[in-house]
Amino acid sequence: MISRGERVANYVILSVFAAFALYPIVVILAAALGPADSSGTAGLANFAAAWEIGRFGSYLRTSLAVSVFVVVVSVVLSIMSGYAFGTMRFRGRSVLFYLFMLGIMMPSEAVAVPLYFDLRSLGLIDTFWSISLPQVALSVAFGTFWMRAYFLASNRAIVEAARLDGASSWRILWQVLLPAARPAVVTLTVLVFMWTWNEFLIPLIMVTSESLRTAPLGLAFFQGQYTSGFTLLAAGSVIVATPVVIFYLFLQRHFVRGLLQGAVRE
Amino acid sequence: MAAPPGEPRRVAYLYLLPAFAVYAVFLLYPIGRAVQISLYDWDGLSLGTWAGLDNYVAVVADEGLRAAFAHALVLIVFYAAGPLVIGLALAAILNHAKVRGLGFFRTVVFLPQVIAMVVVAVAWRRVYAPDGSLNSLLGALGLDSLTRGWLGDYTFALPAVGVVGTWFETGLVTVLLLAGMSRIPASLYEAARLDGAGAVREFFAVTLPSVRAEIAVALTLTVIAALRTFDLVYVTTRGGPGDSTSVPSYEVYHRAFGLGQVGSAAAIGVTLTVVIFVLSFGINRFADRRLT
Repeated sequence: MISRGERVANYVILSVFAAFALYPIVVILAAALGPADSSGTAGLANFAAAWEIGRFGSYLRTSLAVSVFVVVVSVVLSIMSGYAFGTMRFRGRSVLFYLFMLGIMMPSEAVAVPLYFDLRSLGLIDTFWSISLPQVALSVAFGTFWMRAYFLASNRAIVEAARLDGASSWRILWQVLLPAARPAVVTLTVLVFMWTWNEFLIPLIMVTSESLRTAPLGLAFFQGQYTSGFTLLAAGSVIVATPVVIFYLFLQRHFVRGLLQGAVRE
Repeated sequence: MAAPPGEPRRVAYLYLLPAFAVYAVFLLYPIGRAVQISLYDWDGLSLGTWAGLDNYVAVVADEGLRAAFAHALVLIVFYAAGPLVIGLALAAILNHAKVRGLGFFRTVVFLPQVIAMVVVAVAWRRVYAPDGSLNSLLGALGLDSLTRGWLGDYTFALPAVGVVGTWFETGLVTVLLLAGMSRIPASLYEAARLDGAGAVREFFAVTLPSVRAEIAVALTLTVIAALRTFDLVYVTTRGGPGDSTSVPSYEVYHRAFGLGQVGSAAAIGVTLTVVIFVLSFGINRFADRRLT
């Protein structure tokens, strides 16, 4: 039994931390909805004003295009490579796997500088590809690790039965194994989407033209240029954060569970 | 022809090829190039001159660079140690007490993890501003003498950045630990109670040893996050005031694209990578040894 005093103390402690976690979020939401300092708007009109002045429509479009590309390509490639590592035996398997593992820890800070100079000499700087492909590489390292763990634990009997029926490895992957892998794939999708949407350094380095700025990058520039007051900056911040927050709130149960299983299994 | 189970399969290479190609071109090759560039004095434009290990010597000898790495170590305290202690307490409470609103609480404390760091930085700049809400709060409590522009203060700027790290990592750590604790069988707690253990001894004898794996995961993630702090510093302080909040990843960016010292930037990046590898392996070795 838990005493009444302990119970009250528990609620107090949890409330204090919930307040701590929400405090900056409330500050920015309140500022975004509050009376504007100079533009003469208030409430929801602030978002329209920020959208207009900060050109967030363009930034969100770039972010969406980059995120969809990175998520689709890296999830498909990760499923394929994870399948090979998880279900097949081949020469060099462990060496190749460790090579992929290095990529999980590799900070983008270390590779971004040489990438910038090499892509520049290839004339690829300031393109969609210079933002997207490095992020595919970063995500594929984690995705391979993630899907391998799933396929290692998958049901071998079903795979063998399908093989005896003459199914090709390609059909086994997409028609036998993948339908059951849905939770693992959803978690991977949410994680990669979140990382890609929020990535800052790679777009900062790789892009100079405004039309290719991603949402976080656009916000950082907006902060630098638009210094007269906080309201529109706060509204812009909310615009940048909202897509991922909605995604998270929809899938959070799924996502947190998947995260934990993947994180602690190995 | 169906191959028997366990037989080596060449087709595996075809499945690996696309992922490996992107990975090799955009990650493995660049890290090799980073090592190469780090051995040169290069401004990114003209021909570089061979520098040997000079750029690495500078990481140790140059006061500013040493300070950047020292700041990263301070941030580890805020990003990893603080959240671990707080997370252990929160998770122990949540696991034990049948608290209402557990789902809500979990969602709320994890929320900072999903918000773009630039947004986080903008929000905290506001909190720390001279006319910001932290100072208003202190004023309301009658502590006017403590108010200041937190991010512009030589002493307090780095801890102020660190507190932001505590803020967004605590939820992740709590959720990880909570998952570990929820797997502890109730019989272990009953046995401890029968042995006359109080809440504190129970925590150290039963709860803590059971979540070692989760602690290792949490520490790995948060330590790496601390060492990689970039967006937060870029948006809040740009390394200032002076260089009181400069960190390695910011130095990489600043030197390569601000000062034109690309060789030095690459050396810092490579050093950072090595530090991350060593700490990650160290944390996981430690967790493994304690497990057996």
